[in-house]
Amino acid sequence: MQSQKNGSAESSSSTPILQLDQITKTFPGVKALDAVRLSLYPGEVTALIGENGAGKSTVVKTLTGIYQPDGGRILLDGQAIKFDTPQSAADAGVTAIHQETVLFDELTVAENIFIGHAPKTKFGLIDKTAMFDRTAEILDGIGAKIDGRVKLKDLGIASRHLVAIARALSVDARVVIMDEPTAALSQTEIEELYELVDTLKAQGKAILFISHKFDEIFRIADRFTVFRDGQFVGEGEIANVQESDLVQMMVGRAVDQLFPKREADIGETILEVKDYCHPTEFEDINFSLRKGEILGFYGLVGAGRSEFMQSLIGITRPSKGSVEVEGVQQDIRSPAGAIDAGIVYVPEDRGKQGAITDLPIFQNVTLPSLNAISNKGFLQLAEEFKLAREYTERLDLRAASLDTNVGALSGGNQQKVVIAKWLATKPKVIILDEPTKGIDIGSKAAVHDFMSELAAEGLSVIMVSSEIPEILGMSDRVIVMREGRMVAELDGDDMNPETLVRHAVGIASTENVT
Amino acid sequence: MIAHLKSREALLMGAIIVLVSLVATRFPGFVTPSNLVAVFTDTSPLMILAIGQMVVILTRCIDLSVAANLALTGMVCAMINVAMPDLPVGVILVVSLVMGAFLGAINGILVWKLDIPPIVVTLGTMTIFRGIIFLLTEGKWINAHEMSAHFTAFPRATILGMPILGWFGIVVALIAVVAMARTKLGRSMYAVGGNPHAAVYTGINVGRTQFYAFVISGMLAGLAGYLWIARYAVAYVDIAAGFELEVVAACVIGGVSIAGGAGTIIGTLLGALFLGVVKNALPVVDISPFWQLAISGAAIIIAVAFNAQSGRSKGRVILKSAEHAQ
Amino acid sequence: MSLAENTTRSIPDRLRSPLRSKVVSWETLLLGVAIGIFVFNSLASPYFLDAWNLSDATFNFTEKAMIAFAMALLIIAGEIDLSVAAIIALASTAMGVAMEMGAGTPVLVLVGLGTGLLCGAFNGALVTKLGLPSIVVTIGTMSLFRGISFIILGDGAFRGYPSDFSWFGQGYVFWVISVELVIFVILAIFFGILLHKTNFGRAVYAIGNNPTGALFSGIRVDRVKMILFLMTGLMAGLAAVCLTSRLGSTRPSIATGMELEVVTMVVLGGVNILGGSGSIPGVVIAAFVMGLVTFGLGLLNVPGIVMSIFIGLLLIGVIALPRLWAMWRKS
Repeated sequence: MQSQKNGSAESSSSTPILQLDQITKTFPGVKALDAVRLSLYPGEVTALIGENGAGKSTVVKTLTGIYQPDGGRILLDGQAIKFDTPQSAADAGVTAIHQETVLFDELTVAENIFIGHAPKTKFGLIDKTAMFDRTAEILDGIGAKIDGRVKLKDLGIASRHLVAIARALSVDARVVIMDEPTAALSQTEIEELYELVDTLKAQGKAILFISHKFDEIFRIADRFTVFRDGQFVGEGEIANVQESDLVQMMVGRAVDQLFPKREADIGETILEVKDYCHPTEFEDINFSLRKGEILGFYGLVGAGRSEFMQSLIGITRPSKGSVEVEGVQQDIRSPAGAIDAGIVYVPEDRGKQGAITDLPIFQNVTLPSLNAISNKGFLQLAEEFKLAREYTERLDLRAASLDTNVGALSGGNQQKVVIAKWLATKPKVIILDEPTKGIDIGSKAAVHDFMSELAAEGLSVIMVSSEIPEILGMSDRVIVMREGRMVAELDGDDMNPETLVRHAVGIASTENVT
Repeated sequence: MIAHLKSREALLMGAIIVLVSLVATRFPGFVTPSNLVAVFTDTSPLMILAIGQMVVILTRCIDLSVAANLALTGMVCAMINVAMPDLPVGVILVVSLVMGAFLGAINGILVWKLDIPPIVVTLGTMTIFRGIIFLLTEGKWINAHEMSAHFTAFPRATILGMPILGWFGIVVALIAVVAMARTKLGRSMYAVGGNPHAAVYTGINVGRTQFYAFVISGMLAGLAGYLWIARYAVAYVDIAAGFELEVVAACVIGGVSIAGGAGTIIGTLLGALFLGVVKNALPVVDISPFWQLAISGAAIIIAVAFNAQSGRSKGRVILKSAEHAQ
Repeated sequence: MSLAENTTRSIPDRLRSPLRSKVVSWETLLLGVAIGIFVFNSLASPYFLDAWNLSDATFNFTEKAMIAFAMALLIIAGEIDLSVAAIIALASTAMGVAMEMGAGTPVLVLVGLGTGLLCGAFNGALVTKLGLPSIVVTIGTMSLFRGISFIILGDGAFRGYPSDFSWFGQGYVFWVISVELVIFVILAIFFGILLHKTNFGRAVYAIGNNPTGALFSGIRVDRVKMILFLMTGLMAGLAAVCLTSRLGSTRPSIATGMELEVVTMVVLGGVNILGGSGSIPGVVIAAFVMGLVTFGLGLLNVPGIVMSIFIGLLLIGVIALPRLWAMWRKS
């Protein structure tokens, strides 16, 4: 836990516009922020770096007035200020471009940009002419070819993103927060975004740039601040730091320690997927999975991995293709059918798809196995607790009692409940979709450990992950998907970061990839 | 603009025209200007209430108390008239607006401050409002001869060939069109219903916006209350009973999404007009008026099924080839 | 972080005993209210504590409660059926038509139940097959079903049901225990076990809390919802049999507004209108509370419409008061 403060005092003459000082925010079961600090300087980009669960989005919500901190101060130009509503944060000139494009489908582009601060006529009505003119001006300014009069729902993802950026520009912002702004963008669009950031810098705005992509951070940021598990770890100037130092600070230990090597004992083929297609989301998926194998699925966000997995377990219907489990053809029409066939899917979206947060732990664990713990449809409470206890203990769950609601647990423990729940069905194949997204380092290691243990016991694992170290550290084999298709199947020496990224982004030569 | 023409509004307009033409082929009297004006005027209260309801539904709420509000406010107006026969209509109009808005505000406060589901709140206030009418009147009717002449004459007085009741429909519609398109509150309502989460981020107070929606809905119900009892020259407990369903039907038929955030004033007006034309055409073509309830029920179901079909997202298209193929 | 060293540590099943969590619950509070009203009524009116009067009082809620049990499950699962009163009207009308065609009592009952089931299937299909919101669908079918009754009956009425048909709504099993009361008790036990002791009930809670999560967990969400709509329709059909039998006639305006009282009963019973929680014992006590209030006020000669004010206040009050209390304690 070494702290690194090279430079913030000595090299910069300017004073920060906005500072967080000893900010703390607690939620039931988690300390999301623990006395953290953060400084944003005019005309400079500060990268906030940290793993999922480090507290980055809590910082964003604190800065935009959505959350009220439990302790600490927010300083604007050195003066303590309270952002008790989103409006007061906006009034102070803080604006955010969010992870999801949080805008309004049924409103026009111009209305989306100007909602809340539209120009008015002398009768107090919204001045449409002025609004459309200003919209065209702003959109031109960022090189976006979007008509201000169309409804937002008619735009694609990238254009929506530009609208969100335009909105941030339309208010007289002093501080612009960009929360993973490149997540859904193509390479050209990312370059355009970089130019935009340079424009904002030139205008003297302070920019908070949240990303976990190192190439981006080194390309665009002037400063960095690192959080880990809700705590401040270090800050400094990008020019004075190496990538490896940042990783060290983020993770708190050497990376290769995270993924302990294990003995692979791979048996016969369990799952065979042939010519699996979907009308819009993916096509021509072919692969087989063997007993005790961990198969990684890598790709960029939106490559169609989750869509394929959800189709495999019967959430959506494929247009063609076949699935065999242990050589027997399966016709899976629902998750219930998939469970019967021995395939379970641990979804990425824990809150929406994985856990029933307002039900107690034991009821969550037994939900997919109700037939096993009941007699002719009648629940056997003793059996139910027995099953729940068996699997939650295997996963080293930490909770006050088994009838605690899942919603009261921390992200890592929720994920343990969710994994326990599907393991309790005694599957042959378990699909883990981003299994360590948004959970703390400790739980992450436990999940990885456990995955190895499961494979060693002969369970076949499919792991969908966007984290390269995780994919490389855990998988025996990796399938890379791009735009709904399988573009590579890698094992052995081909499994390296460079090859993975090259296939995922679709660059043929190795030169263009960092 | 062209896209707008292909929309729900155009389709409804077409349906209304077809309906009117069909009736006209056999009963030309139905399409005389004077009869069309009569149909429009008759539909005016429905249009006024539907506009209020649309605003509420836009913000992901529902107001089932509008008909009861109408009846209670109407009754109070009638009682005031009985007590003070010389009070000018202008004062009565103000009273109806204020009282309606107050009743709406009760709904709004319960939804905003106590976070009680709107359907529960308005189911409750719906029975309470009706019950209060009974308490006020002990179940007695107020009949035409007890009301003063100017009180009952006002909605029926004609300007440019159309009764004032019809003009109220037009004026309310015009104000609504401008307000929804050109005020911060109007736009906020779409934002609150479309994406409440994002609305908070943009500094919109979701609860307060819903409160205003209920106040507007209540205010329009109150206005319709006076117009209604003055037009029919009678006030009693069960006036406009069940009318809230017709109001919701007009919205749904007009393309207002019950999930919130989508719907237009024009669509809502056409939805109301569609029901009004059906209602007025039934006796003309000699179908029992008892058919009306079933027809509006069927229309709601068809409309909501249609809404769901057209609103169903096209799915996120990842495959480039599939995208080109479309 | 090794798994082995933690296997000895164990998490308790429960922190609070089930008994204790039952003592401090909505149902207990409601029971207290019911007893309070009972005492108040017996003091306010000398006619209240009479076995036959009390027996009469049960007719105020038995028919509504039959529907309320099924409706409770439906609301816990996150759906609602506002067409139940209209289903009663249509089922009653269908029985009237069957009677005119000379059907005997067994056929009449089958027609009543069958109509209810069909109506429930229609609602269920619109909600599960077309994915429409149940609140709008059932506002639509509410007009449609009752509208069909109006088309068939106009301002007329069916009368002259066979004399043995009156057993359902007017008969007694023994002494003051009416047939309807027996049906009510049997259904309370049936739905109580179904919701609280079976896989199906667990699925209902899971769906109400998180339909997507339930689907991913292998719950056949659409099938469960369909069954719930069918059950609600069937119960409305049963209520139609009882009500028609009790009144001895059918008008298209029969049971107008009853959907409101059923929903009130369910919400008063502690079922979350947004789905996910609630219990059958709660609904049973709520049925008694509403029955006692109505009957008590009736004995005091308070007219029906004024009682509806109480029902409306009760509906809002039971949700508002705990929230006001929480807000007051916070500040």
